[in-house]
Amino acid sequence: MKEKVETLLNTKLSKYIFKTETVSSNIPTFFIKSEGIVPVVGALKEDPDLKFDFLNDLTAIDWLGKKEPRFEICYLLKSPKNKHSRIMLKVPVEEGEGIPSIVSVFKGANWPEREIFDLFGLEFINHPMMDRIILPDNFQGHPLRKDYPLEGFGQDYLISDLLQIHKED
Amino acid sequence: MGLTDVLSKPGQALGDMVQVTNLDAVVNWGQSYSLWPYPFATACCGIEFMGTACSDNDIARFGAERPSFSPRQADMILVLGTITYKMAPVLREIYDQLSEPKYVISVGACASSGGMFDTYGVVQGIDRFLPVDIYIPGCPPRPEAIMDALLKLQQKVKTQGLENRRQEIKRKIEEINERNRPLIIK
Repeated sequence: MKEKVETLLNTKLSKYIFKTETVSSNIPTFFIKSEGIVPVVGALKEDPDLKFDFLNDLTAIDWLGKKEPRFEICYLLKSPKNKHSRIMLKVPVEEGEGIPSIVSVFKGANWPEREIFDLFGLEFINHPMMDRIILPDNFQGHPLRKDYPLEGFGQDYLISDLLQIHKED
Repeated sequence: MGLTDVLSKPGQALGDMVQVTNLDAVVNWGQSYSLWPYPFATACCGIEFMGTACSDNDIARFGAERPSFSPRQADMILVLGTITYKMAPVLREIYDQLSEPKYVISVGACASSGGMFDTYGVVQGIDRFLPVDIYIPGCPPRPEAIMDALLKLQQKVKTQGLENRRQEIKRKIEEINERNRPLIIK
């Protein structure tokens, strides 16, 4: 399966390859430029042989101080037609850089992309509703970043309206 | 025979037919055996409460048999589990909807102190914004501990009196406000 995907990427989509690097993993991993993620995912989904038409997971990694650029968006795709084989697409991005949303290809990417926005602070372009999904709307910071303190910055601002109780009530 | 004589010998002067007491004691006696709980279950302590309410342990023996899922018909709120900052306004609103007299039992380590979750999302104890009456230790507490807390609350309801209760709530609210004042970051 790895060779077939490699051939497809190298022939039709070679301009979107970020780098070729061997990753020690049982899942074949490909590094894609951020502007190419929508056409690459679309091609893998539509290809009659490969048929990677199931988005298993969509998440991100913060490589603070270990890699440049700092963040990686990970797309785990599955092909139920080909013995459920899986591939991983990784998109390295820097902070503040917009990533094209793949909601137009996989509708199920809607909430995972919002989750990444919520917890990592990476924004997706052309997303139907780029708001926080889990944390309160007035939350400050992005907790899954490596430089976020575990206990937060002192979270009482979140319930400051509750901390004063009126005796007359 | 004056009223003081009657009061000094309850149950004797007029036979078994009439008992003389004061209104406070009757009201408190009635309340203490009909403490309907509102289970605010957000984590595993809620499962322990289910065990407490079911037939093996049977909290109904103590008059708390009907878990009320409307806060307006409940007398005490059992906070069972981790309270996050996002859940805190919900809990507070439900507490405000409970009809007086209302009591708060904080069940387990998470509700009482945040437990092992000393993180950005978890309130470090519901006594930050609610006047708590009884704390139950444990992670999660056994059903016996929950029933023990209920017995202690019954004792409190029976002996405290309405005016003392009012004063206690006032004092607790003042304490909460005082403790929180320097912590609010704008």
